[in-house]
Amino acid sequence: MSAAGEKTKLKNINVSVWRGDSAGGTFQNYAVPAQESQTILDVVAWIQQNQDPTLSYRYACRVGMCGSCAMMVNGQPRWTCRTHVQKVIKKNKLVIAPLRNLPVIKDLATNMDEFFDKWVRAEGVFHPTRTRDDEIEKINPETSKRARANAAIECINCAVCYASCDVVSSNKDYLGPAALNRAWSLVNDVRDGALDQRLDAVSKSGGCHNCHSQHGCVKFCPNELNPTAAIAGLKLETAKTMFRRRR
Amino acid sequence: MLDLRLYMAQRLTALIMVPLTFGHIAVMIYAIEGGLSAAEILSRTKGSLAWALFYGTFVVAVSIHGAIGLRVIMFETFDLKGRPLSIFSWAVFLSLLYLGARAVYAVTTT
Repeated sequence: MSAAGEKTKLKNINVSVWRGDSAGGTFQNYAVPAQESQTILDVVAWIQQNQDPTLSYRYACRVGMCGSCAMMVNGQPRWTCRTHVQKVIKKNKLVIAPLRNLPVIKDLATNMDEFFDKWVRAEGVFHPTRTRDDEIEKINPETSKRARANAAIECINCAVCYASCDVVSSNKDYLGPAALNRAWSLVNDVRDGALDQRLDAVSKSGGCHNCHSQHGCVKFCPNELNPTAAIAGLKLETAKTMFRRRR
Repeated sequence: MLDLRLYMAQRLTALIMVPLTFGHIAVMIYAIEGGLSAAEILSRTKGSLAWALFYGTFVVAVSIHGAIGLRVIMFETFDLKGRPLSIFSWAVFLSLLYLGARAVYAVTTT
């Protein structure tokens, strides 16, 4: 059979892609040829390259490192470069939308300013206690504190947890799972010198105490982190600090 | 919306309510099993500082705990914010406190 004949035999996937901007938009339908080991990002790229060059979306590494390609796929937040179509397709249909809980810039690209601003608000910045002139501090990876810091450290800032969180949906002030997970990682980092500052930052109005422990972040985190446990750790640590300071 | 202060107030009042709730259930079972009449129950509670403190503490804890819980629901589900939210929270707290204190007063004063 000729190459053209092979092509016509390819099955098409029905794909609905959200098109629009911050003022609003609608879903547009595309037929995309199914391929073996095809990812959601492959589908979006195929539409942009073959059917509609005006489609906007964001990606960089394509290997699950950079955290820039997250989107809603069939209603659930996913890192699209590592999500196989076969894993999430339902009745040969895909519905692809911009990440939930974030304002849309255009089509599938969201404005992530508030997501990253909240990292700063949660004191997600490392405050070193040594200078470059000091000797490098030896860290024992076996300690329980370091194990807790390590458990939270593999976040790739993809905002999948932020999109999955119902508390973020109903409380725009809430710092969200990723920022609080980062804060927890630094609370457990013995090299950091801003513990009190950080615990104060996560104790404010939109802080860790607003988490309802619904575990959406745990369910959807592509790196299988546990932000709910990190937030529970922050709740406990801030409560202890409250009693410590009153003494 | 919830800061450390409100979070701790809600958790600590929950901590207080747990033993008091068990105490209340135990007393209810005891009163019913023993066949105490309303008059007999009142004769034991009236003039009793211990019962006034027991149910008085419970009422205060419930008022704080309930007001904070409803505050969260009003904010997250019904989008009530700022001053109206504070007024709502205080109104729930004061209403529960008034109703509860009135009941405690009625059964413990002679």
